[in-house]
Amino acid sequence: MNFLYYLSDGIIPFVFIIIAGYGLLNKINIFDVFIEGAADGFKTVYKILPTLIGLMVMVGILRVSGSLDYLASLMKPVSRVTGFPSELLPLVAVKMFSSSAAVGLLIDIYKQMGPDSYLGTLASVIMSCSETIFYTMSIYFVTVKVTKTRYTLIGALFATAAGIAAAMAVV
Amino acid sequence: MLNKIWGFLIILGICIAAFNGRIGDVSTAVIDSSREAVSLGITMLGVMSLWTGLMNIAKKAGIIDSLTRGMGPVLRFLFPDIPKGHKANEYIASNMISNMLGLGWAATPAGLKAMKELKELNNQSSIASTDMCTFLIVNISSLQLIPVNIIAYRTQYGSVSPAGIIGMGLIATAVSTLCGVIFSVAARKFAKMRKKASCGKKDEK
Repeated sequence: MNFLYYLSDGIIPFVFIIIAGYGLLNKINIFDVFIEGAADGFKTVYKILPTLIGLMVMVGILRVSGSLDYLASLMKPVSRVTGFPSELLPLVAVKMFSSSAAVGLLIDIYKQMGPDSYLGTLASVIMSCSETIFYTMSIYFVTVKVTKTRYTLIGALFATAAGIAAAMAVV
Repeated sequence: MLNKIWGFLIILGICIAAFNGRIGDVSTAVIDSSREAVSLGITMLGVMSLWTGLMNIAKKAGIIDSLTRGMGPVLRFLFPDIPKGHKANEYIASNMISNMLGLGWAATPAGLKAMKELKELNNQSSIASTDMCTFLIVNISSLQLIPVNIIAYRTQYGSVSPAGIIGMGLIATAVSTLCGVIFSVAARKFAKMRKKASCGKKDEK
């Protein structure tokens, strides 16, 4: 697994070199262009921050009330069958519907267990290999007014499950 | 929907807190969480802006365009029925590349345009075409090279190596995309076989 750590360490510097080098070769004012793009990043965060506040407050209430612990213990049977940690089941379920709500839960896991713990790492990997299935499907299909989605959902669930299984295998 | 869930969960949480005798902690939790969301936002401002800045260079330097063009063979494999040179190809490619680079906001508009083109190719039917199913399954299986957001969150909560998950994430995301692709290709074959069987002698291309 050493290779994975080298890859993790190297990929961001690699991306920098490629992009900066390519930009310079194409005679682009890369710093100006960078600043222009970075302003877009500001706008994106500005737009999602209110959502994040709302959802993190909700998760905060659920955490202190003890509800999240109840939920995790309710899910114990599922985790006994699948070997998947019950603490992360709510995260996986929520991630299918809403990315920001899942972030709220992810942060909660980081706070409870630390981002580098087994659960923190597994949660990070799962979040980076899964997508909001129901949300994405509804946006894409509703926009073009397609009502019969055939095997899309099954395929998406299958791919996501495979990703989660792979995450459990590598973490 | 989120409106009802949000309200319901907050009320439920407060009731359970009262039941567990932790109602006093709720006020602290509410204030703390909102403050925390903002400090998380500040970390994200840095990482996200860095990333969108870099990606803007990539866009202006033509890296994203050449990656999109390089998707040609992949598209012909995944979507053999879309005519070559059709606009749908371009939109699907640009959606996939944006997703891979973690540019969600750029991915969605291209993806929706792709869906519109696919619907036209499907004679405006309200039943999803095989191409639409493939496109969405592959899209949802989300091959993401660098999970920028997750790295930002990990930084905020004191990870020793925030980027340390990239390698493992790559494996997981590759497995999920590969399985999505295998599923889609198999489903397309299966759908064709069924169509052939129901059409009898007529050979559908």
